[in-house]
This record gives sequence, structure tokens and C-alpha cells, in this order.
Amino acid sequence: MRKLGAVAATGMVLALGLAAWTRQPAPPAQGGGTISGKVKFTGAKPAMPKIDMTEEPKCKAKYQGVPTDETVVVNANGTLANVFVYVKSGLPASYTAPAPAGPVTLDQDGCRYHPHVLGIQVGQTLAIKNSDGILHNIKAKAKANRPFNISQPAVMTSTKTFDKPEVMVALECNVHGWMHASLGVLPHPFFGVSGGDGSFALKGLPPGTYTIEAWHEKYGTQTATVTVAGSETKTADFSFAAK
Amino acid sequence: MTERVRCRYAQWPAVLGILLLPAPGSLLAQDTTAGKSVYVKWCAGCHGDGGAGDGAAAASMLPRPRNFTSGLYKIRTTASGQLPTDADLERAIDEGLPGSAMPGWKGRLSQSERRDVRAYIKTFSSFFADTSQHVVALKFSSPPGGASVAALKVGRQFYDSIGCRKCHGDQGRGDGPSAPTLKDDADFPIFAADLHQSWRFRGGGSVEDIYRRLRTGLDGTPMPSFADLIDQKFLTDEELWRLAQYVRSLSPAAPPEVRDVVHAPQIPGTVPVSPDDSAWTRVARSWFPLEGQVIHKSRWFAPAVAGVWVQALHDGKTLALRVSWDDRTESPDTAWLKFEQRILETVAGDDSAPGPKAEPWPDQLAVQFPRHLPQGMERPYFLMGATTDPVYQWRWTSRPRRAFAGLARGIERFDTLPGAPAGEATYEHGEWRLVLTRALATPDTANEVQLEAGRAIPMAFFAWDGSSGEHGSRMAVSTWYFLALDRPTPPGVFISPVLAMLVTLGLGLVVVRRAQRRGAARSGV
Repeated sequence: MRKLGAVAATGMVLALGLAAWTRQPAPPAQGGGTISGKVKFTGAKPAMPKIDMTEEPKCKAKYQGVPTDETVVVNANGTLANVFVYVKSGLPASYTAPAPAGPVTLDQDGCRYHPHVLGIQVGQTLAIKNSDGILHNIKAKAKANRPFNISQPAVMTSTKTFDKPEVMVALECNVHGWMHASLGVLPHPFFGVSGGDGSFALKGLPPGTYTIEAWHEKYGTQTATVTVAGSETKTADFSFAAK
Repeated sequence: MTERVRCRYAQWPAVLGILLLPAPGSLLAQDTTAGKSVYVKWCAGCHGDGGAGDGAAAASMLPRPRNFTSGLYKIRTTASGQLPTDADLERAIDEGLPGSAMPGWKGRLSQSERRDVRAYIKTFSSFFADTSQHVVALKFSSPPGGASVAALKVGRQFYDSIGCRKCHGDQGRGDGPSAPTLKDDADFPIFAADLHQSWRFRGGGSVEDIYRRLRTGLDGTPMPSFADLIDQKFLTDEELWRLAQYVRSLSPAAPPEVRDVVHAPQIPGTVPVSPDDSAWTRVARSWFPLEGQVIHKSRWFAPAVAGVWVQALHDGKTLALRVSWDDRTESPDTAWLKFEQRILETVAGDDSAPGPKAEPWPDQLAVQFPRHLPQGMERPYFLMGATTDPVYQWRWTSRPRRAFAGLARGIERFDTLPGAPAGEATYEHGEWRLVLTRALATPDTANEVQLEAGRAIPMAFFAWDGSSGEHGSRMAVSTWYFLALDRPTPPGVFISPVLAMLVTLGLGLVVVRRAQRRGAARSGV
């Protein structure tokens, strides 16, 4: 009888332990809900200024025509690219997500930043690559985080991390006044950037009601409230109008 | 039970006392209260009540006063983006930031006042209270010995290979291709430093200071940190020192001393009319600092030309005055029009005119004399004379490229005279070199100063950088100085000693001969 009790107790402890273990945050990509959508653009597509790269023949040679500024990129299907979409609020207070081991890479190629808009998790490594092999300085005009401004005069990669959430950190090169990018730093992995078809997807969300914000460097922000349960996919479309 | 509780409570005051004594919070509060009164009295006028760099005087300044709210400081000994150490802040407060409106406060405020105000300015940014910030001064190596020619050559190699020239220009005068696009973190226009004026470097002009700025960068400005390049083995620490030595070598060994008088030696033959004539390399140059014109509307608090180097020569008939000054642009230069517009939008004017629009103004220089040499110390009003007491000026413009003379009756009125000095100018790598020549004596003795040797000739300078929006009263001005045309050294000065030597030698020879003859006669007997 006592033996049976001991076994039962051990089993209970194991079960409780297992339960506690499984209550740890699940890896985001597996299961969970998804919020996806498109970012539409209405109105006249603004003409972006041409970039004169005469001073940097190495960069100039990488383009067929004359490259233009990427502040507003309207896709062929009438959608808006480079919109940073992220979960602004709604995650449980206890939610934590460790920073992924792999870096997020920002490449300086052809005297432009690739990608132009990107996201990263707090503590995750930002790998800043200079593929051009000419002098770039990269300045992060962070406000919640401490800023930095470092020099990369050759093909090289430097790494940086951010301690605090910040939407957005402006990145710029002062050698080439036209080079700028935007970086969103978040304490969770639920962010995305609208691509060449204007779509985005935030995957692996725990059930809940979320405030989703869409940020664009020229057109500002919009929010939507979306509730997801289980592994369902909900749609949240945004629409920015020409100013 | 109650006894034990009472015992425990009885110890509390002591525990509390121990806790309170070294509590940094209470000490900080004390400091910042005292610091606030110092700040309000001495600092807020520029830096603003809330420390945002927006005090009453800020709008007319360039560079703007520091905004303390972001905890971002140019001159530090910490890594890029890190907070400054207390010692860094102390240095800025004590020594000021040369080349800006920030004076040193060491002689004006007591040590405790300076310490208190330092504690207070730290309260403007929450970063200073954030314990996760590691404020650590970098460990700097000592400079390697000797800045030999070979060492400076290494420095120059890295000046090119790490792209300093992109902003600072080929010869370091802040005229690089990226210079007209530069802005600081608040989007104000910012100049790449003129590396030929190390005495105006914000963080000091020594080789050590320059090396530190290369390591730390200047936060809030386009100047990045080059520290990573050592970690990534792009260059060695010693090579970074060589670069610092090279940059230092571009400026005079010591900050220029301002003297009252420019001496014009008399030379045989004729004076050089070209600014690049080798004769100028043998003539000492004098530095005359210029300041913004802040007396008459519209005032100008952001003069682009910090000063002029002046040399003078005469040949008994003609005076040649060589004036050289650093100017990032050969104005008018369309590449700088947008920059000019940004300056005009940033630096508030005090006239009621609507926001000035950038225009392709030329560069200009004026040399001012009284019409007549004064007998005593009385001189006309230094700021371009007055209606009743005009001054005689030589003026030069970059476009059209010409020199002319006239009478200025205050800033507003200039009447051109028929006689003009000859002017020859060269612009190269951010520097103007101008030679103005005129006969010492002219027929128009009523209006044109007659340049007499051996007299103190009052002289003043004015400069305009068109690409900084300078024209009219928006200019850089000097006070009165003097030009002295040296008299030729009388031939007697050279001949008398030679004659004396010859006579002495001759007499000596006579004495020796006589002695020899006597000796020979004696031995012959």
C-alpha cells in the first residue's frame, strides 16, 4: 500500500513536472495562430528621387538605370512594400521569447541597405555587412537603446545587439546621405515586413486578442485588433493612402 | 515574544542609519539641488530649462548647444554610443568645447559648483540612472614614438584607405564630396572639421585627443568610431596613432598667437603678385581671428571663416598683401546650395524678412584701412566706418573674380572708387589664397590711404562664405590691427662691421709684420 502510494506520488510529481515543462512557451513557428494580410496603397504613386551615385562608381556600376530612393515602394499589384507589421500589445505579461541564435543580416550593397526595413528581437545579433568594399559608416539613431556609429571602410561584417524594444530605430550612412533603413526591435518574434506582393504573416501566435500595428516610414502607423484562437489564420489588411 | 520583537525593532534605527548614510540617492538630491541653481543661472540660456539644448540663445547658434535629454555626447572616452564618464563631462565643463560657443568654466565657477552642475545635467537623461549602462572609459595605448616623415606617410595612407577624405576632403579642410550632405542627429547641418585648425577641435587638438576621437567617434554627429577596425585587424593600433599624427601634422605645431602688427619687409626688386610665388614661403604669416557680425541687423552668429592668415611685402613702391583662408567651397557652388538652405533655416536671423532663400552668393574678402593715417590712436569705427567718417576698403569677390576699392560708410553703403588694387587668387582644396597689390602712394590722397613705411597703418578684415549664405551684414569680422611697412635696413648696418673687421685685421697684420721684421733684424746682427 505504502509502495503504491510512493509510486503514485512519484507519478504525480512527474506529471506535474511534465505539465509545468509543457507550459513553457512553445517554439513560435510550431502551431499557434496566424495573422496575415496585405498592405494596400491607394492614390497616386509618388515619384521617388533619383540617387546620384557618381561619387561611388563601384555602387553605380551595380545598377542598370538610375537607382531611386526606397522610402515609398509601391508594388506592381498596387500594394505597399516595406511596411513593418508587428504585435504591439496583447501577449500575456508572462510571455517571454529567447532571442534566436541566428543573426539578422543587414547588407550594404550598391550603396543601399538590404533590406530597407527589418525587424529583430531584443538580444538577437544584428550582422551589419558591407558588401560594397567602400567606406560606409553605419549609424543607429536609437533612442530607447544606446545608439552607435561605426565605420566600415572595407568588405567586412560587424555585429550589434539591442537591449530594449524600440519601433523604429533609424539607420543611416553619412558618407552616402541617401542611405537609410529602419529597424524594429521587439521582445517577441511576431513581426514581419510587407514584401514584393504587399503581404505579411505573423505566425505561431498564442491564442489571444492582439493590437497589430503597421508602420511605414512616410505614411505613419495604423492599428487593427485581431483575436486568434488555436491554430486558425485571421486576416488583417491595411491600407495607406498617398499624401 | 514581545520582548524579542522590541529588541528587533530597537536595532532598526541603527540599521536605517547605516543604510541612509552612504545612500547615493540622498547625496545626489543634494548635489542636483545646488546644481540646478548653477545650471539655471549659467547654462539654461543656451541649453534650455529642460536641458533640451533649446535655450533662448540656441536658435542663432551653429553648432547648437548640447541637448542633454538623450545622454548623447560628442567628446567621450567611452565606446561609440555609450554614456560619458564623469571625467568626460568634467573636462567639457572645465575646458569648454573649442570652436563652439561653449566656454570653459574652470575660472568662472568653483569646483563644487562645477561638480554640482555636472550631477544636475545628468538628471536630464534617464540613461544615467539606468544601472544596466556600463560606463567604462576605454583603455588607450600610449603614442608610439616619433612622428617621422615615414610615419606620417603611413598615417596619410590610412587617411585615404579608411575614407577620411570623403568628408574631410583631400587636404583635410572639410571639403570632401559628402560634406555638403552632413547633418547631426537632430537634422541640423554640420561641418566636417577643418583639420588644419586643431586648436578649434571640440575635444582638444593634441595627437592623443585626435586618437581618442578616432576610437570613440563623436556621438550624435556623422563621425563614426574606428575602434572596430582594430578588432577586425583592418589596421593596427599603431597605424591608428599614425593617422592621428598625420591629422595633427596638418595644423601648426602650436595654436596661432594673435599679434597686433603684420610686418611687411622690404625686398629688392618687385613684390610677388601671385599667391603661389615662392617669395611668400620666406615671409612669416600672422593669424587674425574673425568673429560673427553681431552688432548690426541682420546679425550673424555662425561665421564660416574662422580667421585669415596674412603676409605682407613691399618693394618701396608697391605693397603686396597675401591673405589666405580656409573655405570649404569655391562659391558659388551648386553642390552646396541645399546645405546653404539648411544653414539659413537653422540659424535664425534677427530681421523681420521672411525666411531667407539660398542663393549662389560669391565668396568675398575685404581689407579695411582708414582714409588717412591717424596721428594718435583715434581710428574710424571698425565695423565699416560711419556715414560721416568712412573707411577705405579693398574688396575682392570670387565671382565675378575681381578686386576693387571704395569707401564704406557703414555696412549698408559702399561707394566704389576709380582706383583699384590688383588681385590674384587661387582656390585649391578648401583654401583661398589671394594677393592684393597697390602702389604705396596714389594720386587720390583724399580717399585712398597713403602707405608710409615706418608708420602703424590700421588694418581690419572681413570675410564672407557665399555657400554658407553669407553676404551683406552676415559676415565674419575682425577688429583693427596694424600693418607696418619696414624701412629697408640702411647699408651702414651691414658695411660698418665689415669695415671694422677689415681695419682690425689690417692693423693686426701691420703689428705682426713689424714684429717679424724686428725679429729678423735682431737675428741678422
